[in-house]
Amino acid sequence: MEEKVKIGIAGNFDSKLRGDCKIQIELTKSGGICIDLNSKVKAFFQNSICQLVQDMLHFYAIKNAKIQIQDLGALHYVIAARMEAAISQLIDSNREYLLPQIKSNCDRAVRNRNRFSRLYLPGNTPYMMINAGLHQANGIILDLEDSVAPAKKHEARYIVRNALRSQNFYGSERMVRINQGDMGIQDLHFVVPHHVQLILIPKVEDKRVIIRVEEEISRIRKAHKIQSEILLMPIIESALGIENAFEITSASKNIVAMAIGLEDYTADIGVKRSEGGKESLYARMKVVNACHAARIQAIDSVFSDVANVKALQENVKASKALGFQGMGCIHPRQIKVIHENYAPDLQEIEKAKKIVNAYYLAKEKGLGVVSLGSKMIDAPVVKRQLKTLELAKELGLVSENWRETDES
Amino acid sequence: MKADMITNAAGRKVPDKINGEAVIPYQGVGKYHPLGNKYNARISVAANYPSDGNKQVSDLKSALLRAGIKDGMTISTHHHFRNGDLLANQLFDVAKDLGIKDLIWFPSASFPCHEHLIPYLEDGTIAGIEGSMNGPLGKFCSEGKMKRTAVLRSHGGRYQAIQDGELTIDIAVIGAASADAFGNANGLNGPSASGLLGFALADSQYADKVIVVTDHLVPFPCVPWQIQGNYVDFTVVLDKIGIPEKIVSGTTQITKSPDRLLIAELTAKFCDEAGIIKEGFSFQAGAGGTALAIGDFFAQIMRRKGIKARFARGGSNQYLINMLEEGLIDYVLDGQTFDLSGVESMRKNENHVWTSPFTSYNYHGKGNFASMLDVVILGATEVDLNFNANVVTHSDGYLLHGIGGWQNCLFGKTVILPIPLFRNRIPIIRDRVTTLCGPGELIDVIVTERGIAINPLRQDLIEKLQDSDLPIKSLGDLKQEAEEICGVPEPVELSDEIVAAIKWVDGTVIDVVYKVKEM
Repeated sequence: MEEKVKIGIAGNFDSKLRGDCKIQIELTKSGGICIDLNSKVKAFFQNSICQLVQDMLHFYAIKNAKIQIQDLGALHYVIAARMEAAISQLIDSNREYLLPQIKSNCDRAVRNRNRFSRLYLPGNTPYMMINAGLHQANGIILDLEDSVAPAKKHEARYIVRNALRSQNFYGSERMVRINQGDMGIQDLHFVVPHHVQLILIPKVEDKRVIIRVEEEISRIRKAHKIQSEILLMPIIESALGIENAFEITSASKNIVAMAIGLEDYTADIGVKRSEGGKESLYARMKVVNACHAARIQAIDSVFSDVANVKALQENVKASKALGFQGMGCIHPRQIKVIHENYAPDLQEIEKAKKIVNAYYLAKEKGLGVVSLGSKMIDAPVVKRQLKTLELAKELGLVSENWRETDES
Repeated sequence: MKADMITNAAGRKVPDKINGEAVIPYQGVGKYHPLGNKYNARISVAANYPSDGNKQVSDLKSALLRAGIKDGMTISTHHHFRNGDLLANQLFDVAKDLGIKDLIWFPSASFPCHEHLIPYLEDGTIAGIEGSMNGPLGKFCSEGKMKRTAVLRSHGGRYQAIQDGELTIDIAVIGAASADAFGNANGLNGPSASGLLGFALADSQYADKVIVVTDHLVPFPCVPWQIQGNYVDFTVVLDKIGIPEKIVSGTTQITKSPDRLLIAELTAKFCDEAGIIKEGFSFQAGAGGTALAIGDFFAQIMRRKGIKARFARGGSNQYLINMLEEGLIDYVLDGQTFDLSGVESMRKNENHVWTSPFTSYNYHGKGNFASMLDVVILGATEVDLNFNANVVTHSDGYLLHGIGGWQNCLFGKTVILPIPLFRNRIPIIRDRVTTLCGPGELIDVIVTERGIAINPLRQDLIEKLQDSDLPIKSLGDLKQEAEEICGVPEPVELSDEIVAAIKWVDGTVIDVVYKVKEM
């Protein structure tokens, strides 16, 4: 271990913040460990914070240092992440200070699950993660890419890694959006060994990007003996990406969904993103078509006007009508609206019930043709309605034994 | 005379004397039945008052002098001007000028704007405060800097204390948005409009001397007379008694926090599934962001079911007024008005009724409105595993909030505390609450973002909710969940010096607040 710089700093401190801390570590030649703790929760957690700091310094064999902590009620794993990020600026070490993995975050990735909503959480803003899972988005995205300032990229990795190990997300699919290029490849080392379920790969234009990510994931999985598969969701955000959409979907069998990012796409083609989205119709349809061709989920771009619930509703309805099966969200308030509007509505459910019932009746009677009244029903229609009904059952909108209960 | 410490019926150690006077320890809910008569103010003779009804004196100083202000007196004010109050500060500026010492300030509540009075507490102009303290004064008191032990009472308890003669008000200074020279006054009109003046009712009835101060004098009669001039000794006109935008906000706002909205939604769903939201029901309406959200969820449920509430009581605001005007509520029984639409509605809508701590809360009366409420939504800083709750101190021991009507509202039929499971890493469910303000037997449900706990005493609610999809959990499980996330808080050591006493609604002492130790 050799000394690089004298002072390491990580984290955020600002009177408006909560649940974070800023840690400054200065390596000294002598004098032992000196901790200056300024904390909103000092009365309750002084001993545990100091103990953690001591343990970590011991772990990294630091014997002499001045540590200054400005704490706003950061959780244990956040303080540990800030400490480790600061230490990493001071010494070269391959050792990771890992807190115990909580059981609730050990479930394996599931390919076929609903992905109506996925909530973006800035990777370096830990307090937003604490209650994120309570809002029951289908997925939460710990974002290392656009929502993290360039200077904060490295420290965010420790937060995201520790959150995957320590922060209960209450059953939401645990997703991480990595950075582009080499930085994204390095990001993988902080998340793949820690029960991430799905990786979002931003700004994909070429299937080679996917292949590179996939290869790195394989290496890490092998090294860490990880059984669970790690799913992928590329995001297409440029004109070139759109043109290569289908090819990208076929780059890996682990791709379960593909998303479109319209802010970057519209910038790429040099137009303004409009509410109606006329300018991106071709791109969206291309993505929808590529996804359905590849039998993966088609995921729409985020809707950024958080306060406008009505517009979001319209947006989701339009998105569903085009063939999308989910959308990103940037505020928990959007989740319910997204779920309600991607889910089958009452009319759709009633129609599906009628047709599926006719299908079962025909089957029971051994008839080869399904008909409703005098109208013949084609097989693909039946298939679609079966799908609708399955989804409705999954969402609790229709009971499992609806045929019995509805008839009575 | 040193006080002896005794353990009261809630298991809390309390002194038998406070500020040298004997007090009664808490004996349990509904257990203390005092005999005897109410306190009475001195008989007044009309011959001593101007027959033309003009009681106006030139300024506050003259009024205080003519009221006989002297060392050691108890002076009361009300808090309808909330954080926009200018009067209490001006009043003690005068006392300081006059060189008066050792006054006891008896406000119905104090606010951060009263930080102005800290120098007077330091120089001995004011010896102590009997009343709720929000913010800086509470901090000052927590640090043991107040000469006398503070006494905190609920709004109803304050009425009870005055009525029972637990303490006597020498001079009541009542700020009124509108008044005539005789002393009839209301909070409805004028630049400092605050809606009503209910918190000053007892002061007007029982104080030895009553001064009404206004910045909007109208010719006799000032109607409606929320305060009756027949109780008033002097009237004073000042340029400005309050800062309007701090008295009532232009608008009150529903919380935008997704976490608080989640708690509000769970609370409303709980009430719906428990069968509380039914035709003709009644509810206590708060004006905090979460409480407003709950009211809004109630409105949605009521519209869906096509039902209405008979009455809502509490702080009025635009959302409650909208419900009244939409026909979702028959009557609003207003205790304090929080925004301009509340004031406006009180002026013009006869179903928007002003109340007082006497009608709503006084425990030493022939009943009160609070116990008739079907559902009451309140806050808390801490609860313990027996549903006992704290509303005045933080877990670090600092006294930072008042009791308000909180204790009085605990007598509602179903009392729900919607609170986050932890605040800034500090779990709210504790082994023991720092300060006991409300006995757990009166608290029925705790709603947090991570689960809902029902008091085992409420088997009826437990049964109603047994097939619910709502996250019903025990308080113990919730506590453990919080500690898994936050860590187990280290015990906080407080000194053994008592800085404040907490009265129960019947005037008995339920707990005390200790001086914090310097960190």
